[in-house]
Amino acid sequence: MDEKRNQILETMRTQLSERGIEGDKVQFDATLAQDLGLDSLDTVEMTLGLEESFGIEIPDSDLENVATVGDAVDLIQRKLAVGA
Amino acid sequence: MTDALTGGSAVDRTRNEVVVTGIGLITPIGTGTLGFWSALMKGKSGAGPISAFDASGFSTQIASEVNDFDPSDYMPAREVGRTDRFAQMAIGAASLAWEEASGSKLSVSPERIGVVIGSGIGGLSTIEKEHKAFLNGGPRRVSPFMVPRLMPNAAAAAVAMKLGLHGPNYAPASACATGAHAVGEATRFIREGITDVMLAGGSEAALTPLSVSAFARMGALSTRNDEPARASRPFDAGRDGFVFGEGAGVLVLENRRVAEGRGARILAQVAGYGASADAYHVTQPDPEGKGAALAMRMALADADARPEDVDYVNAHGTSTPYNDRIETLAIKNALGQESKRIPISSTKSQLGHLLGAAGAVEAAVCALSIEHGIIPGTINLEEDDPDCDLDYVGDGPRDGAIQVALSNSFGFGGQNACLVLRAV
Repeated sequence: MDEKRNQILETMRTQLSERGIEGDKVQFDATLAQDLGLDSLDTVEMTLGLEESFGIEIPDSDLENVATVGDAVDLIQRKLAVGA
Repeated sequence: MTDALTGGSAVDRTRNEVVVTGIGLITPIGTGTLGFWSALMKGKSGAGPISAFDASGFSTQIASEVNDFDPSDYMPAREVGRTDRFAQMAIGAASLAWEEASGSKLSVSPERIGVVIGSGIGGLSTIEKEHKAFLNGGPRRVSPFMVPRLMPNAAAAAVAMKLGLHGPNYAPASACATGAHAVGEATRFIREGITDVMLAGGSEAALTPLSVSAFARMGALSTRNDEPARASRPFDAGRDGFVFGEGAGVLVLENRRVAEGRGARILAQVAGYGASADAYHVTQPDPEGKGAALAMRMALADADARPEDVDYVNAHGTSTPYNDRIETLAIKNALGQESKRIPISSTKSQLGHLLGAAGAVEAAVCALSIEHGIIPGTINLEEDDPDCDLDYVGDGPRDGAIQVALSNSFGFGGQNACLVLRAV
């Protein structure tokens, strides 16, 4: 389980680093808005990338409860479990 | 003539004078003022085979591209991802201009510093990319950054954000006259005392498969694919269209009193601005060049200058059969007998046509020509065209003190903007 979580975290790190956000800032407890400085547009763009990488669909309504990197990782994990 | 153009009143000599204190250029022949000027003096051409995409199968396979531009030289990676190439180039040019003007040392309130930077087309490559994503994946695949990347005013907004400037901020759009309108409009803000400093210019990076197809279908582009460096040949009998270019030019304009007060290096004065409409046809110029001539006369009247005072005309000179013939007529119409004496050159012969950036880059050329006392040449002028019978400086750059230079820009839509720059 933890391995999967780390794998998702790594994917997020890679994608966010392409958008100029330092990898070591991307930790499970980091908040998207304050710690990473993502605005609402960044969050939608990040979701697009994650949907593509993991072959899942994340409705905008699911994003409402995503405040930290860990929340996003959990959400992706749930979507992957449903798809499996 | 002057009276009719100024509504019967003479030029207000008490108004604020506007001077150029910094220039930033990102062009196909060079980046930065020094590199650009040296390439211009050498007669270098920026044209080559299109590298932005595979153009085999296109009637036009050549363009004037900027091959050495790295946006991360001017902005953090995070901003690079949020902006289209045209805005990135504007930020680059604005940064260079600001540095040259020592803008960071200005003691002017940021509320009195504005930005007028336009684009003829805006973020077309963004539109094409996102449209593809939409067709392939539906509405949810479209990036939320599509709109902020593509909007033509994104460049002016990004420059204000980077430099923290709160003055008037917008983007004029008048196709190939955009850059000249931007400089002219920005000048008015300072003259009227609304601001003390402006960053003004244009940016264009619209070299995409779709736009090359579209301009080619209009018959506007040169198809001299085998000889790209010889394809842009303004006023030459063998000209067959313009060479599609990209790049950005930004000028720092400043209230003369402010500039002198801080001991800034002053390159030239923006002394006159004229703007008009052909009101004739969306792409063809008025057959007598009436709108173009009107803009030239307005710019001279605004500068309180006569045709006898003009030492150099930087022509719009696109290298299309139409433009160069009609512009010649318009210059004769506006400058009369003096048109035969005045050296005229088209730096598009070297740069290609930078569309919305062209007018700003060419205003910069005039300022640099005044500073150096050298008139740039028109390359590729080999065969006389009886309809183009003025002095187009086809024999390379020419020494000559310039007091007054006139820069012409005419856009699709019949929108014309002319600027007069004067030695200080």
